[in-house]
Amino acid sequence: MEIAPNDPIVAYLLGVDGPVDIQSLDLDSPAAKALKAAGVRLAVPLRSQGELIGLLNLGPRLSEQDYLPEDLRLLDNLAARVAPAVRVAQLVREQQAEAQERERIDQELRVARLIQQTLLPKTLPQLPGWEVGTYYRPARAVGGDFYDFIEFPDSYLGIVVGDVSDKGVPAALVMATTRSILRAAAQRLDSPGEVLQHVNDLLHPDIPPNMFVTCLYAVLDTTSGRLLFANAGHNLPYLRTAEAVTEVRATGMPLGLMPGMTYDEQRIELGPGDSVLFHSDGLVEAHNRQREMFGFPKLMALVGAHPGGAGLIDHLLGELSRFTGPAYEQEDDITLVTLQRSGDASVTPAGAAPRPQLAGAAKDDMRVLAEFELASAPGNERRAIESVAEAVRELHIEPARLERLKTAVAEATMNAIEHGNKNRPDLPVRIQLIAGRDELSVRVTDHGGGQPIPQPDVPDIESKLAGEQTPRGWGLFLIKNMVDDLRVTSDETHHTIELVFKLEGASDDAS
Amino acid sequence: MPASHFEAAVSRQPGTGVIGLKGEVDAFAEEALNAAYADAARDNPASVLLDFREVEYINSTGIALVVGLLAQARASRRQVLACGLSDHYLEIFQITRLSDFMTIYPDEASALAAAGSSPALET
Repeated sequence: MEIAPNDPIVAYLLGVDGPVDIQSLDLDSPAAKALKAAGVRLAVPLRSQGELIGLLNLGPRLSEQDYLPEDLRLLDNLAARVAPAVRVAQLVREQQAEAQERERIDQELRVARLIQQTLLPKTLPQLPGWEVGTYYRPARAVGGDFYDFIEFPDSYLGIVVGDVSDKGVPAALVMATTRSILRAAAQRLDSPGEVLQHVNDLLHPDIPPNMFVTCLYAVLDTTSGRLLFANAGHNLPYLRTAEAVTEVRATGMPLGLMPGMTYDEQRIELGPGDSVLFHSDGLVEAHNRQREMFGFPKLMALVGAHPGGAGLIDHLLGELSRFTGPAYEQEDDITLVTLQRSGDASVTPAGAAPRPQLAGAAKDDMRVLAEFELASAPGNERRAIESVAEAVRELHIEPARLERLKTAVAEATMNAIEHGNKNRPDLPVRIQLIAGRDELSVRVTDHGGGQPIPQPDVPDIESKLAGEQTPRGWGLFLIKNMVDDLRVTSDETHHTIELVFKLEGASDDAS
Repeated sequence: MPASHFEAAVSRQPGTGVIGLKGEVDAFAEEALNAAYADAARDNPASVLLDFREVEYINSTGIALVVGLLAQARASRRQVLACGLSDHYLEIFQITRLSDFMTIYPDEASALAAAGSSPALET
């Protein structure tokens, strides 16, 4: 029988000396009641280091006489000797149970790792004029990362990178299913958007609730350098050209969440020397000892600073290990896939389509000064100001310009808290500071994506004083007057305002 | 936890109610600022002076509060003066054109001297 730790008999048995006559015990105790019902006459507490670890229970003597004082002494003596041995036995049993549990988990992880590794490509596609590089390292708990190459006739190559939302065996099974469905769909359909749509519709009825798969599927025409891709909620790839590195955007819901989804397609052209990096969360979400995240801006800057190709992978891993330090336990799977068109002039040049030039392209010498999150609560813009002021101290910004920076950051953060995140404390505002050689960029991101960006009236003080406009509505107006440039981007979930400040006094003040 | 870091102290000079603002002029300051204005305007002075000398922070909501005070003052044909603004907030008062509707002085003494000499009001 088990005795509940809060049963009054526990305290009683710890306090008494020697065997206890159970039948005459007057305690409001379920255990005492059970002992009585079982016909126990004497209970001898077994104690070890002040804890009650068991009871030696005796029924009535067979002679039907009462226990004699020497019986009680003998029992007491016995209990004192038995208790340490029982304690040791208990500890051994607990350790065996723990070892079995660890073994069971390890076994499960081995199975998960085996499923994943069996299904990952064994060799890299060999394509004249192209260099493909991959890196995959599962976390100890084995996340759900995967990648795949599908070689088609006519020099087309399918590239898949994905991440299942769960870990361990369940994630590995969903990964295996997704991979098979996608391979089958890719044989029948040319359009990456249609392939993802088809996979989503087939996966949705079978995937366990609360699980989903982010997945990017691209088709490369190795002759022209044209890359067509669609994206189901996966990290955006980086395109690196000689001029810039850009995050190429195509949006869509992760696979398995909702049926009937459609997926945007994006087309880019890779010229000689250009390269693309596909990556999973494991790299950008790695933390250092100060709990700072590696982050997208840092990754983007690193991609920009490297000539590209498969050597980029080693470079990124080196930077990751420099960032996390030596005693790093990897939190999530890391998957990297690089694709580079060789710079050889004998390769057919890219098609005539213009190369995408996205706003906010990182320059080669950009670096991340700080990256942090704030809860969406009124007044928290003050914290944003303090953190930003601290982070830019090394830039020695002239005091008047610093005040303008602080006002712009405060107003952008207030908008994010109030309008983007609707003052919901569970939705954070993310702030990233990126410094380049001649400009500082502050990105303030909230969860206000997927809605039209309101265009407030230009505030006019005469109308406000006359009561024709609300007295409020100064935020965006102030920001515009404080910064050198303002960029706004939005996707289905996030809204980002990027405040750009020229460094080294190259400003055109409004005052 | 968000809390008000704002205080307003009212004093009376001949013809002018003086509001000494202190701390952060933001949403949390609304109640105290409006109460201070009501207090400063109680005996119907010709002008009200907002002294920003001890203000560390003004955000867009704080600007809206000042606009609200200006609107109230205008309705009762009372002049609003300001003093003690830092260079940065002076610039913001100019950008928002608040400075077109309130005369701005460097300090309280010059503001009071001017108020005493020019009680007339233009809105």
